[in-house]
This record gives sequence, structure tokens and C-alpha cells, in this order.
Amino acid sequence: MLYREAGDFKTSYAADGQTFPIAFDRRRYQAVLVLAFGVVPFLVNDYWANAVLVPFLIYAIAAIGLNILTGYCGQVSLGTGGFMAVGAYACYKLMTAFPEVSVLLHILLAGTVTALVGMLFGIPSLRIKGFYLAVATLAAQFFLVWLFNKVPWFYNHSASGQISAPERSVLGLAVTGAATAPWAKYLVCLAFAVGLAWIARNLTRGSLGRQWMAIRDMDIAAEIIGVNPLRAKLTAFAISSFYVGVAGALMFAVYLGAVEVGEAFGVNKAFLVLFMIIIGGLGSIFGSFAGAAFLVLLPVLLKNLLVDGLGWSTALAAHVELMIVGALIVFFLVVEPHGLAQLWRLAKEKLRLWPFPH
Amino acid sequence: MTNTRLALSAAFAALLAAGPAMAELVIPNLSYRTGPYAPGGIPYADGFNDYFTLLNERDGGIGGERVRTIECETAYNTEKGVECYEATKGEGSLVYNPLSTGITYQLIPRATADGIPLYTPGYGRTSAANGKVFEWVFNYPANYWDAASVAIRYLLDENGGSLAGKRIALVYHNSAYGKEPIRTLQELATKHGYEFVEIAVDHPGQEQKSQWLQIRQQRPDYVLMWGWGVMNAVAIQEAANIRYPMENFIGVWWSGSENDVLPAGDGANGYKSLAMHGSGMDYPVYAALKQHVYDKGLASGDGDQIGSVLYSRGMYAALVIAEAIRKAQAIAGTAQITPAQMRDGLEQLEITEARMAELGLPDFGQSFAASCADHGGPGMGRIQQWDAAARRWNLITPFIAPDMDVLGPLIEADSMAFATENKIALRCQ
Repeated sequence: MLYREAGDFKTSYAADGQTFPIAFDRRRYQAVLVLAFGVVPFLVNDYWANAVLVPFLIYAIAAIGLNILTGYCGQVSLGTGGFMAVGAYACYKLMTAFPEVSVLLHILLAGTVTALVGMLFGIPSLRIKGFYLAVATLAAQFFLVWLFNKVPWFYNHSASGQISAPERSVLGLAVTGAATAPWAKYLVCLAFAVGLAWIARNLTRGSLGRQWMAIRDMDIAAEIIGVNPLRAKLTAFAISSFYVGVAGALMFAVYLGAVEVGEAFGVNKAFLVLFMIIIGGLGSIFGSFAGAAFLVLLPVLLKNLLVDGLGWSTALAAHVELMIVGALIVFFLVVEPHGLAQLWRLAKEKLRLWPFPH
Repeated sequence: MTNTRLALSAAFAALLAAGPAMAELVIPNLSYRTGPYAPGGIPYADGFNDYFTLLNERDGGIGGERVRTIECETAYNTEKGVECYEATKGEGSLVYNPLSTGITYQLIPRATADGIPLYTPGYGRTSAANGKVFEWVFNYPANYWDAASVAIRYLLDENGGSLAGKRIALVYHNSAYGKEPIRTLQELATKHGYEFVEIAVDHPGQEQKSQWLQIRQQRPDYVLMWGWGVMNAVAIQEAANIRYPMENFIGVWWSGSENDVLPAGDGANGYKSLAMHGSGMDYPVYAALKQHVYDKGLASGDGDQIGSVLYSRGMYAALVIAEAIRKAQAIAGTAQITPAQMRDGLEQLEITEARMAELGLPDFGQSFAASCADHGGPGMGRIQQWDAAARRWNLITPFIAPDMDVLGPLIEADSMAFATENKIALRCQ
């Protein structure tokens, strides 16, 4: 009854083309933003920030990045972990080389470096497709991890090969390093996540996004109607890698503080982010958030429920947790192959008609 | 979440509290019983838990306070390690022992900021041995660089005091853990004139054909190994497959447990590893454990790891922590200590052979005394050798001291670099 277009008159093209055409949706979105920026920072503690919210937001950024490439442009990538590593190591080199420059700028620059690397590895996508491209990006994953392990320059010749984020502050407030307040970590990641999601949403609705989708749906047809595949594919690789690079830089600098490439950015990470967009929904920004939430929050929730709530042994809980998450993935893919985003879309359709479905 | 957790644990405590156990000593146990490192994680966690269970059951805790261990599964994964740390630190945790060098690196800045000590025996960041820089981190009785030096000292003894012209390979887990000894071994190579070859094995180490092919081609005189989890068993199997002489193959103390050698069967006979303590069940403490823990059905896990090398190591870590709690209680004059008082206890801890014998573990570990500047201990190690027929590890040397002429400057340089990077003022001046 509340969820209606009726009565919400659009009087301009801008109003007609907005992301949330239904007033209820719009207000809900605004309410979420107000809650996220205005209320949560006052409530968040170390546990919530470090174990739940910060990883969720960072994985959401990575998932949006991969979704641009795979969901919107149809180029399967298994190199996400490697590209996140590029972002992390670029951020580390910049942070240590130019300590006086703001770390927020370094994170964006790390994204730009990753975009260049992503374009380099995207060039083969002009000739190879589908599974073959997946294998080529998998090669990128292994090559990048090997590179960051092998060349000591990347980790400033530290004895252990670890990179550790030095303390940096923005406006006098620490945002990296151990002294960072939980709300500062959370707000930095939230600002990046909201800003990047907003840009991604608008990019995908614009001409660039339509070119990507045309390439995804049928590249030959797209070429015939005037889409330049070189431009479309390389922009998709560049922008996707930018997002993934920013996620990697945030993961290193803000979330973990110290990483070692094989452990933090291995092939598991590439699969994890790929699962996020498959479960969340390919070609959907909301789906990226939903997928990240599903795979980041559910294990933590299950662990707390089984170990602290039911008092199970940690080993049993860890095994059962893997089984439950696995079973839920299969369940969701069987029930709704287009992911959580499609469930959400269907729910909205039903809501519109409710309570008179005929 | 914390509130829910608190409420839940409060509810459980209310349900289960049979005694006056309102105040207690909280020791988190960040363990891993799943994943490729579980063969090492399970026995260690069991030994750690069982020793505290023994203290609770036999003595009613330490100084009259019961010990509560909170186990949290990390799967050797740094992200889960952080989650476990954040989830447990609010419970009044006294000290963390994460059994992972990667997680240790994560926790050093966090624990320092939160004022909770870290105890990383035989692993973690080696230069944390310098207490002047690392106020909250302790890694006695021995660390990785000690291990590397002890192994080279042993080989020197074997070769009549000279390793000139020998070729020594290091097969290492390609992570912070495996890379730790490289700098030491390079320094020692220049000092003793051996040729040093690095051979990396990527996580998790299930596939090592190319590495052992390299060893077959280069024919090193000795192979050292810094491996963990399934990597150890695979490496020993591969070494047996290429018929590498097992007595020339020496693992660090994390590569010398039963779970590493048993899969290779007779092929593993003669394999050597470092040891920082004894193993097996020939110690009086097991009589007490049997009476108060195993026979009451209170053994942690499946109870099938008792007496193994890593079980002994978990027990050893728990013992040192328990002794440090006693020391802290004596200094603070109260049984219910805080993490800061725990740190004082760790810093002034002294473990003597007489005390070890009193605790039921005579001739088990080395005696050591910590101080404000020295958080690393003497760093001695023994060599043990696997007897495949008898299925047991035999200690074949007494404790060997590391070469502090080489290690001292290295520790100083690395810790001072950390101090400058993080603007830490030196203590103990």
C-alpha cells in the first residue's frame, strides 16, 4: 500500500530517470544513509568495526568492482586477489615514500595504479573469451602474488616479507595504525563504499554501462551497432580494477594493518569475491552489497551462534559453519540463480501489487 | 554483539557456576582445528587447554582463581584471527598466544595499543626479543633466529667446526614465518663460508615436486626446513621419494612432530628436527593429568594427541603462562590480576630446572629468566631424531646455545628499525 508509484508525480526528465523511482524506496535509501553516517558511528565498538562492518564494506567495494567486469561487461575474472594485492602494495609504497601526503589520496592513487595493471592484463580479453579468459586472469593472480613475494623492493626489504601500514591521520585523526578509533575506520570505509557505489550505479546506467552490457550480451552485435569493443572492454577492466585496488588498499591500510601477500590475497580471495557477486546477483550494485553481507556476516553470525550461543566446540562449529554456508549457497542458486538481487527485485514487484495481486 | 555475548556468557556462567567462580583468569586460546594447518593446531590447542584444566581440577586454579580458557577458531587465517582477538579482548583476556606468525604481526600493534601482552614462544616476530622496543611482546625461551643458529652450530659440530664449501638449502613456507630465518642464515653463510640456497614453497605446500627436483639437481649437503601444517609431511615424503639422506635433513621445531613424519612411514627414519623441549609421556606431570583430567573425561579435543611433540609444546606454553600469572599475583599482591600486571609477571618471570621438576617436567625445557630488556630468553635448542621403527623422537644432543655474536646485532637492527618507524621511545634505559 505504501509501495506505489501512484501519487508520486515526475515533472522532469531527471526525476523520471532517477535510481529509485518509488518514493518509499527513495526514503528507505535516505534513511539507510542517515543511519549509516549519523547513528552507527556513535554506536560502533572495536568488535563491530573490525570483525563485521569494515570487512563487509571493503568486500562490497571489491564485489562492485568485479561486478562491473563480470556482471556488466561479461568478462570472467579470477584475478581479483592479485589486483587487490596491487592496490595494497601500491598503497604501502606510496605511504612509505610520501608520508606527508594524505592517506586517502594514496588509496585513490593505489586504485589508479591497479587500474593500469588491470588494463594491461585486460588486453588479452580482446582475443580470448569465457573460460579461456578466466584462465588468463588466473595467471595474472598467480603472477602478481609471486611478484610481490619475489621482489623485495615491494615490501621495502623487510625481513619477514610482511608489509605493515604506518600510522597516518586525516584532519588530525588517525585512520591507519593501531591507534585508530573504530568509528574512524568505519567512516573511512563507508565513505569510500558509498561514493564508489554511487559512481558505479550511475556509470552502469550511462552510455558506458550500456556499451558494457551490449558487449556482455553479444559482442558481435554490439560491434555492428557501433560499440568499440577495445574501448568497452578496457574501460571495464580499468574501472573494475580501480575498485578492486581501492578495496585492496583499504583492506591493507585500514582493516588489517599488516598483510602478507600469499595469505591475504591468494586465489581464495578471488573465488570469495566471485562467489559474492554470483550469490548477490550479477549485474547489480545492490547484489554486490548483498553478496558481501552474505559471505562476510553469515560465518561470523554462525560462529557466534554455535560457539557462544550453543556452546559447541570450535572445531565442530567451524566444520558445521562451512557446511551451512555451502548448503545455503547451493540452496540460493537452485531457488534463484540470479542471486539475492533478483529475490529483492521480485519482492519489490510483489509489494507493488500487494494486497491486490490481480 | 558484545552485549549479546556478554548476556549469553553471563547466562551460561549463571547456569554452570557450581562453585564460587565469579572472578576468574581469562586466557584466550586462538587455535586452529580446521584447514591445512590443523595437524599442528590441534595437538597444540589440546595441550594448552589440558594444562589449565589440570590446574583448575587439582589446585582450584592459580592462586585460588580458576582459569577460563576461551577457544576461538582462526583456521590460521589473519582475518579470522583479528575477529577472534576483537571478540575475546573484552572478556578481560590476560595474554594472547595465537600460534601463527601472521596473526602475531597483526596483533603486535593492536595488543600494544590495548595494553594486553602477547606470548609467542618459538614463533612470531623474532626481534620482539628486544624488550626495550617491544614492551608487550614476549617470545622466550627461543625464537626463529635462535633456531637457525642452533641448526648451523649443530652442523658445525658434525663437520669438525667448518662448513666451508658446503651447500645448505632452506626449504621454507613462503610467508612471514618461513622468511624469518633467511637473513640469519645469510649472515651465518658469510661467517662460516657455506653456500646458501633458498627454496620457497607456497601456501599450503601440498605440491612440492618442483622444489625437490631442484634439490635433486643442486645436491645440497644439508637441507633445513621451515614448514608448517601439511607442508611438513609432504616435504618429508618427497625427500624420501628422491632418497635424500634423512640424517642431513633438519626441520625447525615446527617441522618436527609425529604428524609430520608418520605419513612417510619408514622413509622418514633418521629425519632430524630441532626441539626446544622434550616430548613423550615419561614425565611425572602425566600421572597428574591422567588422574585429574583424562580419567574424568575432561581432555580437550579427542584426547588422541596426548604426549605428542606439539601437545607437549602447547602444555609448555600454558605452563609458562601459568607461572607468569603466579609471578604477577605475587608482585601485585592480588589473585585477580589485570593484563598490565600480567605483563609485569611475564617480564620478571624466572623458570629454573628445580621449578620445572617441581611441576612434574624435569629435564624438559631450558631454564631462563626474563628482564626488562630481554624478552627472548637464552634461545637454546636440542636436536631430535625420528626412529620410525619405534615411532618415537629421540633427543640426540644436549641444549645448544645460539651464536649471539651474529643474532644480537640482527635483533638490534630489526627492532630499532621498528622503533623508528613507529616512533617508540626505548624502555629500560
